[in-house]
This record gives sequence, C-alpha cells and structure tokens, in this order.
Amino acid sequence: MVDKISNINDNLVIAGRSFQSRLLVGTGKYIDFKQTRAAIDSSAAEIVTVAIRRINVGQSPNEPSLLEFLPANKFTYLPNTAGCYSSDDAIRTLRLARELLDGHNLVKLEVLGDQDTLFPNMVETINAAKILVKDGFDVMVYTSDDPIIAKQLEDIGCCAIMPLASLIGSGMGILNPWNLEIIIDKANVPIIVDAGVGTASDASIAMELGCDGVLMNTAIALAKNPILMASAMKKAIESGREAFIAGRMDKKLYSASPSSPTKGLIK
Amino acid sequence: MKININGNFKEFEGKKITVEELITQLNLNGKRFAIEKNGEIISKNYFSGIYFNDGDKIEIIGAVGGG
Repeated sequence: MVDKISNINDNLVIAGRSFQSRLLVGTGKYIDFKQTRAAIDSSAAEIVTVAIRRINVGQSPNEPSLLEFLPANKFTYLPNTAGCYSSDDAIRTLRLARELLDGHNLVKLEVLGDQDTLFPNMVETINAAKILVKDGFDVMVYTSDDPIIAKQLEDIGCCAIMPLASLIGSGMGILNPWNLEIIIDKANVPIIVDAGVGTASDASIAMELGCDGVLMNTAIALAKNPILMASAMKKAIESGREAFIAGRMDKKLYSASPSSPTKGLIK
Repeated sequence: MKININGNFKEFEGKKITVEELITQLNLNGKRFAIEKNGEIISKNYFSGIYFNDGDKIEIIGAVGGG
C-alpha cells in the first residue's frame, strides 16, 4: 500500500522481510483447499499460517496437500504451534516445521494455557521464545495484551508481538484498546493483533489504533460468505491504516464549529 | 519388526529399514513431510544412511490448515 499523499512506501517489514499486505490469515476451518485459496486470494494476504500435524500415513498418494494450493513462490508460510501447551512441544513443533519447509525460519509461537479459553500460557511462551530466538528462528509471538509481557518478548528478540484482541475464535472484537495502545506506544517491532477479530470494523479499529497488522482466521473462514468477508477484511485493514496515517480529528463532546460557513446566511 | 509410526505400530519385514525404504513403502515419495526418529529430526540429506529398528518411534509430520 502507498501513502497517497506523500507517496511513501508503507510496507509491513518483519525481520527484514517486506510485505504489501498488513492482513495475515490462517488456513484452518475452510470447507476445502479450493475455498481456502479463493478466500486468501480475495484477502490479498501474503503471510499464511499453517499448522504442523502428523500426516495421514494411509492416505492416497494423489491426495492434494495444503501447500500445493498455497505455493511457496506466492505466499510466505507462517508455521504455528497451535495446540501446544508446553514450551518443549512448541520448540519441537517449530524445529520440525523448519525441516519440513527447507530451513524457513519465520514462525508463529503460541503456547496455550487452557483448553476452554485458549488463553496463552505466558511463562511457557517466554521460555520457548528465548530458546527459539537463540536457535535462529524469527519468532512472531502470540501473547496476552499485557504491555510488560509484550516488552519482555521484544527484549528477548521476537520479531513481531501479536497480542490477542479477544479470545481465539471468539469474534468478540477488540476488548481492551487501551492496553493495545500502550503496547503499540512502547514497541520497536511490529504489533499485530492476533485473535478475536469478528468482522471488518474490528480490523479497522485495530489498524486505527496503530497496529501494524492483523492476523485472523475464523472471522473469514466461518463467515457466511468467506470470500466476500476476506475482501471486506482487506479493505478494512487498508482503510484503518490510512485513517491512522492520516491522523484523526480530536474528539469533542460538542462543537461550536459547524462545517458550513456562518457568514452569508439568508435572512 | 514393529515400528511405531505416528502413534500406531506397523509391521515390517527384516530387522532394519532405511528411511528411504520406509518412505517408499508408505507411498510418501514426492510428498512434503519431515521425520523424527525417537525425538530426533532426521535431515533430508541423511534419508539413505539412517535405519529404523524394531521398537523405534517415528513421527512423520506435514503442514495442514490452521490459524
């Protein structure tokens, strides 16, 4: 995206990689790979998360795979650790992902703490982040919206901090914009809202707050029309970003400053 | 011999089998995957030189849809 006034390149830069889209999308919960690809194309997202799982050993040799529908020359994979509840499991998963993806080291770390809420376990997340950063991974990390924890993750060397807006898969939107603002204000790495976005306005609000991007899956995949919702999200991210760069007017409870001239009124 | 593959024991002939042979028997040639033997990742470069023995625990993973 380009700043239309100053014509400055406004790419999202993560660990030295540059992206035009500030929308990052998951690949889960779609009806099939064809719908997955159609929705992602409609979203214009360049970074796509993938999960790492045991393959079906008995499958037919001709069974299509997700990566064939999302070729590496068109998308940047972001293997994640969804479903991991300990730092050891998360580290193991991402090392396997790196081997699977021929040394690709940009990853999403998430260590969950509770099966009902899917709240992250930040003690385990921090432990895993330290080891993964030392091991040469570029770690984008899912976190609670605690500004102190967010800063600690940055200090460890994570390349992007990804606080939740609300719980994974909840679609509840941005529940604590104040914490997000503090996190954004203190950060020197990209802040990407990850989880909780329900519809386009949620994504716009995140971007208007100054987030560098938004990562979502369920809001698109479980929309009644995922492909149309993906397009709506693309526009919401772009409009929210432009509004943030443009700088909103100050809020006032009321104004004695009408938009039309006060002179020349017909009397 | 029996090898534990992704949580299920599978019977193979002989006393050992190379990674390459296992992949062929499982119809995985041309597929994208990574393999772990008893908790250690096996690099693609060593598929022909590493053997699986009776009781080994193998994980074969791939990428699937997820958030």
